[in-house]
Amino acid sequence: MFKHFINLQWKSFFRSSSFGKGLALKIVMIFFGIYMIGALVFVGGFLYEILRKLFPDQAPMWVLSRYLVYWILIELFFRYFLQKLPVMDIKPLLSFPIKKSTITHYILGKSGFSGYNALALFLFVPFGVVLLFNGYPVLNVVLWLVSIFAIVLCINYVNFLVNKSDKALGIIGGIIVLQYGLDYFQILPVKDFFGPIFHGLYQYPIAVLVPVALAILAYFLNYKLLKNKLFLDASLKTKSKEAKTSDLTWTKRFGDMGTFLQLDLKMIWRNKRTKAQVFISLLFVFYGLIFYTQEVYANMIPMFAFLGIFMTGIFLSNFGQFIPAWDSGYYSMMMSQNIPLRKYLESKATLISVSVVAMFLLTIPYVYFGWEALAINFGSAIYNLGVNIPVILFFGSFNKKRIDLDKSPFGNMQGTSSTQFLIMLPVLGLPILIFTGAYYLISMEAAVIILSLLGVIGFALKNYLLDRITEQYRRKKYGMIAGFKEKNS
Amino acid sequence: MITTENLSKKYGSQTVLNIESLEIPKGQSFGLVGNNGAGKTTFFSLLLDLIQPTTGHIINNEVQVNKSEDWKPFTASFIDESFLIGYLTPEEYFYFVGDLRGRNKADVDALLSTFEDFFHGEILGQKKYLRDLSKGNQKKVGIVASFIGNPEVVILDEPFANLDPTTQIRLKGIIKELAAKQNVTVLVSSHDLMHVTEVCERIVVLNKGEIVKDIQTSTQTLKELETFFAG
Repeated sequence: MFKHFINLQWKSFFRSSSFGKGLALKIVMIFFGIYMIGALVFVGGFLYEILRKLFPDQAPMWVLSRYLVYWILIELFFRYFLQKLPVMDIKPLLSFPIKKSTITHYILGKSGFSGYNALALFLFVPFGVVLLFNGYPVLNVVLWLVSIFAIVLCINYVNFLVNKSDKALGIIGGIIVLQYGLDYFQILPVKDFFGPIFHGLYQYPIAVLVPVALAILAYFLNYKLLKNKLFLDASLKTKSKEAKTSDLTWTKRFGDMGTFLQLDLKMIWRNKRTKAQVFISLLFVFYGLIFYTQEVYANMIPMFAFLGIFMTGIFLSNFGQFIPAWDSGYYSMMMSQNIPLRKYLESKATLISVSVVAMFLLTIPYVYFGWEALAINFGSAIYNLGVNIPVILFFGSFNKKRIDLDKSPFGNMQGTSSTQFLIMLPVLGLPILIFTGAYYLISMEAAVIILSLLGVIGFALKNYLLDRITEQYRRKKYGMIAGFKEKNS
Repeated sequence: MITTENLSKKYGSQTVLNIESLEIPKGQSFGLVGNNGAGKTTFFSLLLDLIQPTTGHIINNEVQVNKSEDWKPFTASFIDESFLIGYLTPEEYFYFVGDLRGRNKADVDALLSTFEDFFHGEILGQKKYLRDLSKGNQKKVGIVASFIGNPEVVILDEPFANLDPTTQIRLKGIIKELAAKQNVTVLVSSHDLMHVTEVCERIVVLNKGEIVKDIQTSTQTLKELETFFAG
């Protein structure tokens, strides 16, 4: 039986739509994967040295043990978002003559091989190897690694157990914050309490039995729970949330455009991927902190231009690059309805404009790091408003890849094609180039003025540009309709 | 109302549709039947300017559809689920379509109230998004949305599929009434010979992209179609 399952797994992996993607995208994804693994191995390899430098009076193993409890909780927290038990995969198997227990073992066993479990190994195995080179006893280190892997499996299965309500997420998050708080203000020595427990896993090889037993226990709890739920109406049904009708009549003030604005707002708010885009964009406000606070960048004014364009334009590029693919699910309806295409585009432009202004307002506190930051962000915002919005809308007409709004937003590359990489060049690169040129040739003030001026010119030409873009969308209409219909692209 | 001249659609060397001429007068209920791949949906897609014809053109009420967009205000359609917006509730979707067709909330509500029977209490006020409705209920929403704004031409692709028997019967009544009383040109495609013969005044059979039969419906029509498709 398991031979068939493995066969199915193999096919689902190699025939998955992500494998059929364009070559460029594939290379980028592989590159990113290698980078992630490389980074983990690198950190794992140097962890010993790092810990010895940071805590010279304590053994690295001891220090690491003190922090393991945080690792477990944080990993559990992130897995909550990233990993779900793929119960839907087994729906087609239910009506075949396969024992329910076999199906349950299959789906639970499969999750044991998930990539998330391997991530921790990429970190801890190099660390273990370094330990061996430093003369640590082989038996202890090897069994410690086994313990770590058992803990990873525990995390894996505990995640499935708790992954049912958002309350669990809140509780895990709460525990992390609370623990850290207790630790930080030295109310309760959490690290001192958990440190010896985890260190025991290394010190007493026989202790390996404890995490292994816990992992097995977690597995069987899952098994028992899941086996009784293998019915179409219980756990296999995709949950549908109760719809909330929202009254957005204020959008009527925008005239004809209001209809589309209302639609766009609902789209963003009611779909996972678009909602995530908004939160990610908001988080990027803090991106500046990384650079403004570092002495090294204090004199690299062009870096500030990058920050300005990037921070005020993050939603513009994140959301804008996929216009009109966001509407791909019902694009043929849009095209056969009595829709003024121009109003449709105008609504998108307005939405992005609001985001640029909002992001600029949020970056104002950076004036703390000097008025240059504010001036450059202002110039960048104007440039984004005037030039980048038409540019990104124009390039949108080359989008032909469908986006299913309901798919998970994490690591979702759906809708991405070489167009996206081409878009980023003019949107991000050009203004930075212009700014840098003007800055070195004349002065920073001049560079800001030039950026703003370009933005104002773009703004003045807005109507003309939108007309041209509308024409472009009309010309590309058939290609888009055909492209958006392809489900597995 | 609708005039087709020399229309053909080719993908590579494969011809999927080839109609020399087809004339559909105003107020006719027109049925299109044919096996899979006969070109029914292709014809409707051409009529809605969703794909480009290889040769020829369609004229809808004096507007050539692939040249001007002026046919849109008086033409409504429901082809498949891709005409629905999944993250809206049925009400929101109706109001959205109403907005596009220049109808306010009250107009739409008035129209919807006449379809209460048809909805069978499963559509309005359910607090569900369209994506969470069953296939049949989604279809009901799409069909009714195509009646908003008094269109002169209504195009429905496979409207009977996925509907429960009660709704099928009600839909037949609605379509007949549209054509007879309101002088609306209704174009319907179907795999169900019984339904089309019941609803349509005229039936055109497509086979591999060509018109092979053009019948004014009579009592013998169903027999005739059955013998044809039995092959």
